[in-house]
Amino acid sequence: MKSLNIMIVGVGGQGSLLASKLLGKLLINEGYDVKVSEVHGMSQRGGSVVTYVKAGEKVYSPIIDKGEADFIVSFEKLEAARYASFLKKDGKIIVNSQQIDPMPVITGAAVYPEDALQKISDLGLCVDCIDALSLALEAGSSKAVNIALMGRLSTYLEISEDKWLSAIEESVNPKFVEMNKKAFMLGKN
Amino acid sequence: MKKLMLGNEAVARGLYEAGCSVVSSYPGTPSTEITEFSAKYDDIYCEWAPNEKVACEVAFGASLAGARSACCMKHVGLNVAADPLFTMSYTGVNGGLVIVVADDPSMHSSQNEQDSRHYAIASKIPMLEPSDSMEAKEFAKLAFELSEKFDTPVLLRMCTRIAHSQSAVEVSDRVECKKEYVKNPQKYIMAPANAIKRHPFVEERQKSIAEYADTASINSVFYSEDKSLGIVTSGTSYAYVKEVFGDSVSVLKLGMVNPLPDNLIKEFAEKVDRLVVVEELDPIIENHIKALGIKVEGKNLFSICGEFSQKIIADAFNMPYPEFAPALSDIPVRPPVMCAGCPHRSLFYILAKNKLTVLGDIGCYTLGSAAPLNAIDSVLCMGASVSGVHGFNKASGNENKTVCVIGDSTFMHSGMTGLANIAYNGTNSTVIIVDNSITGMTGHQQNPTTGYNIKGDPATKIDLEALCHALGINRVRVVDPYNLKETEAAVREEISVDEPSVIISRRPCALLKYVKAKPPVKIDTEKCKSCKACMKIGCPAISMKNNKAHIDNTLCVGCGVCTQLCAFNAIGGEE
Repeated sequence: MKSLNIMIVGVGGQGSLLASKLLGKLLINEGYDVKVSEVHGMSQRGGSVVTYVKAGEKVYSPIIDKGEADFIVSFEKLEAARYASFLKKDGKIIVNSQQIDPMPVITGAAVYPEDALQKISDLGLCVDCIDALSLALEAGSSKAVNIALMGRLSTYLEISEDKWLSAIEESVNPKFVEMNKKAFMLGKN
Repeated sequence: MKKLMLGNEAVARGLYEAGCSVVSSYPGTPSTEITEFSAKYDDIYCEWAPNEKVACEVAFGASLAGARSACCMKHVGLNVAADPLFTMSYTGVNGGLVIVVADDPSMHSSQNEQDSRHYAIASKIPMLEPSDSMEAKEFAKLAFELSEKFDTPVLLRMCTRIAHSQSAVEVSDRVECKKEYVKNPQKYIMAPANAIKRHPFVEERQKSIAEYADTASINSVFYSEDKSLGIVTSGTSYAYVKEVFGDSVSVLKLGMVNPLPDNLIKEFAEKVDRLVVVEELDPIIENHIKALGIKVEGKNLFSICGEFSQKIIADAFNMPYPEFAPALSDIPVRPPVMCAGCPHRSLFYILAKNKLTVLGDIGCYTLGSAAPLNAIDSVLCMGASVSGVHGFNKASGNENKTVCVIGDSTFMHSGMTGLANIAYNGTNSTVIIVDNSITGMTGHQQNPTTGYNIKGDPATKIDLEALCHALGINRVRVVDPYNLKETEAAVREEISVDEPSVIISRRPCALLKYVKAKPPVKIDTEKCKSCKACMKIGCPAISMKNNKAHIDNTLCVGCGVCTQLCAFNAIGGEE
């Protein structure tokens, strides 16, 4: 069984915990040993957050270290750049084109690097950028950015659409299942 | 069937399966979810206590009555609960008693990175340490067995990476467990005459548990064919070691970290050429092995500071590691911030504007220390702002230039006693209670001032105003922090009066479900003079775009604080 390391990075409050919960359910249903490492507390308040999802025959460490991620799913451009060194040489960064200024940029103490994605590509890493916010809004809510990105991730994994959709059903509030399924399909296509 | 469970959820499951029927805790990252998940089981009575000392004593009382009981806390919470802890070691238990303590190496959400194993050693209480969710559940159950078998409370040590990682757990059924209460003053009244007799019992118990440790199945040895390297490890460090080495080195995995199994360690040390301890934080296992006269390495290879990872282990042993791209430079940091609409923001703006010295406390409002507000001068521990401002004022005599800021939950935890001290020992200190009607930072737990219990059912709501009056403070007033003028006037008046005072800055947390957001405010770019007055409050929803103020509609909740700051009426409030 091939191992799979996925990092989900973004800004606290963007819904990375739900995405990791969904991936965990999906991968354990596939028969993998799974570990999902989350972040709670202080950094959930608008800070940089990172969640690790690991699957394989047997997973020991709950975290992903530099050079180990097969995929980085980033909810925000700057966060993609922050964690790029965690990607395997042949890994892939799926990134939401949204820009969220951190406080040092808002106060003028730092500058948001406009060429963040270009810098990642210049390292020889593969970047796949989508406008997940627009897709989420099209599906019905800006909160579905996480699931739209999962739709994009699904195009790289050999797991059937049915299984993804049933994992969504298991993971999200029943009221929002249809909206999230729509966001997933928009991200996928 | 296997189910993915958070380590903390698995501990709760273990408490449930072991027949635990009382859990009392105070929230603290990374321990909070243990009690939240426990509260989902109807067979367990759960509560949020005002602080960890109370929680620990509630668990003691329940144990005395014959129930299996538990209390859960973060590492610094054990400092608060240390008083009952040390003497509970002497009384021992009736029903099994488990104290879960969660350490936070790397301080993801803490003010220090103390190693709670020191408490196990100092209080002479056994401590178990799981390395994944399945072990978290099983060790919680074993902890109750050991507690009753050896007549001792048992510590279960979690750490952030075990508490907040999900892994597969197989569940089993609950087994009810309850003992009779029999009066036994010699065991339970720890006055000198009795305690003198209990201390030798504790020392004998230590020896019995150490013997048990040598044969306990949770202390396991794996010998690889190659015996050139043997690693002694436990908990999350074990996970990193196995990730790096697999089965290629010999490993002594300690599920019980106090007392340590001397004979097992000696036997293991004899069979390997090089002995290395891999443990996060302090060199506790390493020093113990050195005291046995055995040659061992550890902190010569690893830092005492911060958590480990597989790369840190690989580097320490010069193991090959995959290539990775260099970290990009010039990536601005993204520190946590107060949310848009946070009722704490405007208060800190006013404190900073008036150039006050502010003693802060533990909670979301600690973020008032960050730029651009930079409004806080010190943060130490729960309740220290109230006691500290009194000391500061006694020393400086500058009572009209200082305040302290403490949250509603933190005030109930350990701010009250400091306020009593202000009244009793007399400073004209000004105490600001930021009452957002919830315990915020740990993720919205109820507390004695919210009017609801852990299940969300109505409970006695402690009246903060009446409480402050009862603690000897005559001047107690309530302000709405969204109203800048009113709040600033109150602060200025209270710092200048010749008696102690309390200002309750009251407005529910903007993230609470019942708090309905107003429509986002709008910028009139014609009127905006780019003066950046609205930028001074550090709201994540406000930025400058094309040299004009700009509102992020996905974040703004229409609190209207920035509207009051604009001298040119460029920010429109409600329609």
